[in-house]
Amino acid sequence: MAQAQVPVETGVIATPAHVHEPWKWYDYFTFNIDHKVIGIQYLVLAFVFYLIGGLMAVAMRTELATADPDFISPALYNAFLTNHGTIMIFFWVVPAAIGGFGNFLVPLMVGARDMAFPKLNAIAFWLNPPAGALLLGSFFFGGAQSGWTSYPPLSAITANTAQSMWILALVLVGSSSILGSVNFLITIFFMKVPSMRWDQLPLYCWSMVATSVLALVSTPVLAAGLTLLLFDINFGTSFFKPEEGGNVVIYQHLFWFYSHPAVYLMILPIFGVMSEVIPVHARKPIFGYKAIAYSSLAICLLGLFVWVHHMFTSGTPPWMRLFFTISTLIVAVPTGVKIFSWVATLWGGKIRYTGAMLFAVGLLSMFVLGGLSGVTLGAAPFDVHVHDTYYVVAHFHYVLFGGSVFGLYAGIYHWFPKITGRMMNETWARVHFVLTFIGTNITFLPMHQLGMHGMPRRVAMYDPQFEALNKLCTFGAFVLAFSILPFLFNVIWSWSKGPKASGNPWNALTLEWTTDSPPIVENWEVLPVVTHGPYDYGMNVGLNGQVEPVEEAIAPHSS
Amino acid sequence: MKQIPAPLLTLIAGVVITLASLWLGYNHGLLPEQASEQAPLVDELFNVMMVISTALFIVVQGMIIWFMIRYRQRAGDDTDGIPVDGNLPLEALWTAIPAVLVIGIGVYSVEVFQEMGGLSPGSHPMMGHQHAAAVVAQAPSPDGQSIGGDTMPLMAMTEAEAADFDPQYGFGAGTSMMGNAPDVTVAVTGMQYAWLFNYPNSGIMTGELHIPVGKDVQLDLTAQDVIHSFWVPQFRLKQDALPGQQTGLRFRATKVGTYPVVCAELCGSYHGGMRSQVIVHTQDEYDAWLEENQVAQAETSPDVVAANLSKNSSMLPTGDFLQPYVAEMGITPEAIAHLHPPASEVDSAS
Repeated sequence: MAQAQVPVETGVIATPAHVHEPWKWYDYFTFNIDHKVIGIQYLVLAFVFYLIGGLMAVAMRTELATADPDFISPALYNAFLTNHGTIMIFFWVVPAAIGGFGNFLVPLMVGARDMAFPKLNAIAFWLNPPAGALLLGSFFFGGAQSGWTSYPPLSAITANTAQSMWILALVLVGSSSILGSVNFLITIFFMKVPSMRWDQLPLYCWSMVATSVLALVSTPVLAAGLTLLLFDINFGTSFFKPEEGGNVVIYQHLFWFYSHPAVYLMILPIFGVMSEVIPVHARKPIFGYKAIAYSSLAICLLGLFVWVHHMFTSGTPPWMRLFFTISTLIVAVPTGVKIFSWVATLWGGKIRYTGAMLFAVGLLSMFVLGGLSGVTLGAAPFDVHVHDTYYVVAHFHYVLFGGSVFGLYAGIYHWFPKITGRMMNETWARVHFVLTFIGTNITFLPMHQLGMHGMPRRVAMYDPQFEALNKLCTFGAFVLAFSILPFLFNVIWSWSKGPKASGNPWNALTLEWTTDSPPIVENWEVLPVVTHGPYDYGMNVGLNGQVEPVEEAIAPHSS
Repeated sequence: MKQIPAPLLTLIAGVVITLASLWLGYNHGLLPEQASEQAPLVDELFNVMMVISTALFIVVQGMIIWFMIRYRQRAGDDTDGIPVDGNLPLEALWTAIPAVLVIGIGVYSVEVFQEMGGLSPGSHPMMGHQHAAAVVAQAPSPDGQSIGGDTMPLMAMTEAEAADFDPQYGFGAGTSMMGNAPDVTVAVTGMQYAWLFNYPNSGIMTGELHIPVGKDVQLDLTAQDVIHSFWVPQFRLKQDALPGQQTGLRFRATKVGTYPVVCAELCGSYHGGMRSQVIVHTQDEYDAWLEENQVAQAETSPDVVAANLSKNSSMLPTGDFLQPYVAEMGITPEAIAHLHPPASEVDSAS
């Protein structure tokens, strides 16, 4: 075979005495400090929340099938829209992409035995279950109803108890995010195996550097804003109460200073996943490694200076509307660099139509549309027309569902063998992909037109002229809801009965594939040595077309 | 068949994509009717972005599909792909092209924004005096109690108070209005879940906006309880109405007709029902409407008006849409009476 691969190790080294027994199922429900256990805990908990948030979406779309509010009460509708957004962002995409894949993969990718601060890591995870309980518990008090943005004064006068629980839940996950970020940065900077040069660091790790910096800089600002809101609601302060000298717009600045970067928190790790999945399944070196790594850092930096584009119709002075138009448009440049680099990576490959690859390419396709509509939204004069309409809903579902969620699926299909030691069924993966791809486009494409023609977002009742398109969106949402079934079935079946996976089923070159599937506790018996880049597919072909035995150097026992 | 040379093929593809993009950019049918001076400006900006987006979309999606088919793994082929890991000129090109495009769109956006009046919110050139920003005396309601949560002089806006209103944010005089005073000023108040329109020069208060076509109209926006957002899709204009702050929209309607007024900022359970209408009249029709309502409202006591407001759907501030829910929302004639100016004030204003 002329395919780059890592030789499978065959028990050369006797098992050292300190090697730990594999974890039992109940270990996954405890305060465990193994980064892989924590990664799985994040992924599974996040996925449960994904299903809950998805059910809320189905309820909302059912309501919107007709113009009248006849399925659920408008107050419950608002509680659903608030918690759907909150759950999908803070309890699904962020914990799955950062906490889940980040914890599982970063130490394995840099050749470390665990994260830098394992106990802190476990604490960071265990902040999530109480946060989720607070959020779901808030439904006993009516549920927070003022949108995931929770702008005062509405948030200060609606369902006070539920709103307070919502704030506490977000402060908890925010704290979790800060602890996690510190851990990732220290792990990547100080625990990388010495033989790995910086330009051999996998791109997922580069994206985690950018993500962590962003989370560290911006999350405290959200926590501050939410704490002030909590005080306004419960302790009689008046930071955001205009009748007592407060200012309602300040909250929006505090909120978006975090929450725009939060958009990048949700997509940067996914960009990292893309850069891992595409080269492996296209059998090609990643195109433009440095450009992709630097563009993550550029997005991280620029992403801190665009938040006011969410406030173009608010109490925002003209200079700000223009400054943030320009800064927002500039973000398109590094994002474009990534898209073009991935497309170029496909060129000249030997593309495998695996579940992971289909979702990665599906993401590429969806993200192009979401990115282009994002550019139009960046231009203030047009944004004024479509701000807070279904056009925005369409845009962010293309980048967050078509982008982040497709990326999470790609990541799950790609690393499932490593995480569980078993292969997933590729046929069901294809069925899942086709249903998801079609469902996404039926649900979200018509929303562009709805918004531009005059349908505002966050409404339980709407002008009957929009009913036909809304029915189409609702049909698409049902297809999407249904599309989860083949995935769920595949995961459950494969995890228990799937064929056993080898250490490196995809013949990939990054370090996580040099250990067993699933990896042993503490990851390797002897740490691996890196002698070539993480994406050197086809690079070692000599004059006679044979692979030179360079890859052997990557094997654990070569040092 | 003879092989077509690659440069020719590229040229043909380029021409086809350009034509397709231009066609789609101007025939997408995604935008509603244009009914204000700003609308064509916004639409042209969108169309230009649509042309560029369509071209990029076709090129990138085309490449994805082409590569996926052309470079798929063939049966039995277990080799790796072509070991190319970069190309500096190509990377420079696809960094430079988007950079130039977004700078172009940015400059164009600034120009459109300026022409729309975005750079001069609140320019009321007829006012000779300065006002203390944002702090306006509160008008007492008839029973001397202030209305829960309000921070602004509600409905009872007199000429003097209207002159004191100086929007800090929003759209002001556009290029075609510079240096002139607006022809019509209307004070707009958002409340859960209705828009109230007050004509300070004539003391009229309605739940629907009536304006003359072709005239320079200034809307002074504020909110009584929570944030609302005033949007007329056919005008392509939207501005939040904020409690405690003054915002505004200035525009010229270009087409006689009836258009929806939509609240675009989540304002509570019945946010979706917070819809009203703007009726663009000819000048004659507008004058007639003005006269009719001025007489009607001056002769009626506030209580009767309030009762009418809640009974007569055309006068109901919550609009037709919410009528079935009015009782549920707790809107009573008494609550509306609070919002109405005392008759004496109407007299002095008219």
